[in-house]
Amino acid sequence: MQSVLECHRISKHFPGIKALDEVDFKIRAGEVHALIGENGAGKSTLVKIITGIYPPDAGVILKNGETVEFRNPIASQMAGIAAIHQEATMFPELSVTENIYMGHHLTWSGSRLLDWKGMKLKTRSLLEKLELEINPDTKVKNLSIAQRHMVEIVKALSLDARIVIMDEPTSALSLREVEDLYKIIRRLRTEGQAIVFISHKFEDIYEIADYFTVLRDGRYIGEGRVAATKVDTIVQMMVGRSLEQMFPKTQVQIGDSVLKVEGLTKTGIFKDISFDLHRGEILGFFGLVGAGRSEVMQAIFGIDAFTSGAIAIKGRVVRISSPSQAMDHGIAYVPEDRQLQGTILAMNIRENTTLPIVDRLSHYSFLDFNKEREITREYGQRMEIKTSGWDQAVNSLSGGNQQKVVLAKWLATRPEILIMDEPTKGIDVATKARVHEFISQLAAEGLAIILTSSELPEILGMADRIVVMHEGKITACLDRKEADSEKLVKAAMGNLLS
Amino acid sequence: MFILTLLLLLAVSLRAPNFFQLGNLYDIANDTSILIMVAIGQMMVIITGGIDLSVASGIALSGMSVAMLNQYYPNIPIFVIILISLAIGFLLGSFNGILVSMAGIPPIITTLGTMSIYRGFVFVLSSGEWVSAHEMTERFRELPRGSLFGMTNLILAAVLMVLIFAVFLHLSRTGREIYGVGGNKVAAQYVGISLKKIHYLVFVLSGIIVGLSGLFWVSRYASAQNETAFGFELQTIAACVIGGVSIMGGTGTILGVVLGAMFLGIVNNALTVINLSPFYQMAIQGFVILVAIVANTLVDRRNQLAMLRKRKL
Repeated sequence: MQSVLECHRISKHFPGIKALDEVDFKIRAGEVHALIGENGAGKSTLVKIITGIYPPDAGVILKNGETVEFRNPIASQMAGIAAIHQEATMFPELSVTENIYMGHHLTWSGSRLLDWKGMKLKTRSLLEKLELEINPDTKVKNLSIAQRHMVEIVKALSLDARIVIMDEPTSALSLREVEDLYKIIRRLRTEGQAIVFISHKFEDIYEIADYFTVLRDGRYIGEGRVAATKVDTIVQMMVGRSLEQMFPKTQVQIGDSVLKVEGLTKTGIFKDISFDLHRGEILGFFGLVGAGRSEVMQAIFGIDAFTSGAIAIKGRVVRISSPSQAMDHGIAYVPEDRQLQGTILAMNIRENTTLPIVDRLSHYSFLDFNKEREITREYGQRMEIKTSGWDQAVNSLSGGNQQKVVLAKWLATRPEILIMDEPTKGIDVATKARVHEFISQLAAEGLAIILTSSELPEILGMADRIVVMHEGKITACLDRKEADSEKLVKAAMGNLLS
Repeated sequence: MFILTLLLLLAVSLRAPNFFQLGNLYDIANDTSILIMVAIGQMMVIITGGIDLSVASGIALSGMSVAMLNQYYPNIPIFVIILISLAIGFLLGSFNGILVSMAGIPPIITTLGTMSIYRGFVFVLSSGEWVSAHEMTERFRELPRGSLFGMTNLILAAVLMVLIFAVFLHLSRTGREIYGVGGNKVAAQYVGISLKKIHYLVFVLSGIIVGLSGLFWVSRYASAQNETAFGFELQTIAACVIGGVSIMGGTGTILGVVLGAMFLGIVNNALTVINLSPFYQMAIQGFVILVAIVANTLVDRRNQLAMLRKRKL
């Protein structure tokens, strides 16, 4: 069958990174095609090129056999390509009809007045076609996430899209809603649409996809028919040969248990999480985006409440309902997003570093600037923060240095339990290595560390034990010796490892 | 900011040489004292990302309350009246604070409501009647005057307030937390700072200041009216913005607010002194404020760009 869209040897560079390296990708009409790859494999870059957001540096795109060039997203849209992203790009205060026709309103012929009647009619007929019971007048904010996805699909159809690209469409849906989505996808398929389905979940891929393509590190690895390929084969293509790099993993005396989590559950977010953590141990939490790891950590740290389960520290059950209580128990949490959650950009290094312990550093509530400078110097030097002075504003530091400030600040609280959520995300290689070395040092000093990461080399290199989460549940708990990339990815994508 | 004030002073002195007479400057100081005090309270609320639109109504309510108290119970000592005004202010601020911190209602909506509620209560309390000078006791009207260290009690109060809050905001732990909440709510939370406590606190502090200012206002003008301080909240916000407090929260200094308030006070006074028609006064006042804010914003933006260029990505 002739391909509806074909990408031929597409390459794309960004400063310092080769995002795509001569990638081939072929989609046919009436096919559901799964685009598979780890975080950073190049999937979203490829999609952005197809939807006209970036131009490729090399390679060609063929539509129905003819070479096309998408200079901007409109061009791609006019060629019949529609993308449905993970984050809803809808206008919550506007109605379904208004959302669907935003940007391509229908007007009365011969004038520029908007034809709402016509738009509503067309919306209703499209909704009925997909057997969706949604009122075209409802404001989008009153729809569930699943319904919003459906509306996005309807929007794509209203643009006469022949190729619909869906990015992790099932990540926020319940089982019932996922079934509904599958039904719609099947219907689109029978009508000859081509659907590109980006997913991390084997359950989706094996349920709905006909064909798959695997990318790894920006390169095309292979493709094939889903029905004819085993899970292990796909995993191997995703992961390649062993990715473990040499890490400074020092042998550390693992001490007693400091933290024990039992049956931690938050309805709808994570279920039955149980693990324990020892002194000197680095416990890795692996999983793909949306697995629920950060939510578990935030529950332990008292930022969000959980529905049931218990947390025990050094043998005693504790109730943690706020970050300051967690801090009193010796827990520190280095959050995932350093700009949003980790630093106060308007303040300088010293103020940021001493903020969590500002109560310990003040006399009768008056700040002790000398002590602050001392502490900042001690931890700032330890973290090797590159700065012209401790009073430098944090917003003028590089990403790597900002992260060091966040780490310094939490270390200054002298925690016993350190939870680090994706600590080296978006950081240059050199700083990354230093941070890893540092984490190992901390473990050697007796800290108990939880390290959340989506990067296989990092987890495999640093962790003593690895817990894998998928869709809010623990799917594997492996010791360092028995863990390898394939097992981790398999568990992260849904296969339970016994 | 300093430069702007100096320029302004220069321009004014050219037009009206009697501007710089001690008597006139003294008047300016007296006139601006209340604005400085209330602007400090406003500043703390704005730093945490909120705004207090109820300050003017609070002044009127507190003022009317203590004036009527003085009218019907002239034997209550001034000292007690001061305490009562502080207590009233505490209640007014507390109400705002609870709505914002506990009920989670955005400050602009809360204080928009209390602005009307408090003003309404002034009418209820007074039944529409004013308290005029002859109904107030001598001691009451003397409060903002008097002469200690060559300053009136009013100026003294403003000076004390500036000192106390300068120390509080810049040198105390809670002050640091206030800036933290304003700078990044989420990060502050993650670090163990209680957002509820800080939001409540800043409104209570603003309220206490408002309470005291109400007393000073009615005693200074020797009159408690239903329209007392009408529109004054805008002046407090202008004083903050001119003084470099960002409406988005997180930055601002006491010194800046004091200068901003003085700037407004000087503009007010100067416009009268140079014999400008009162009809033009309001427009010119607004114009001058706008110029000051634009100048501040441009300087800020230039600093930001310079920082962005320096930054190694």
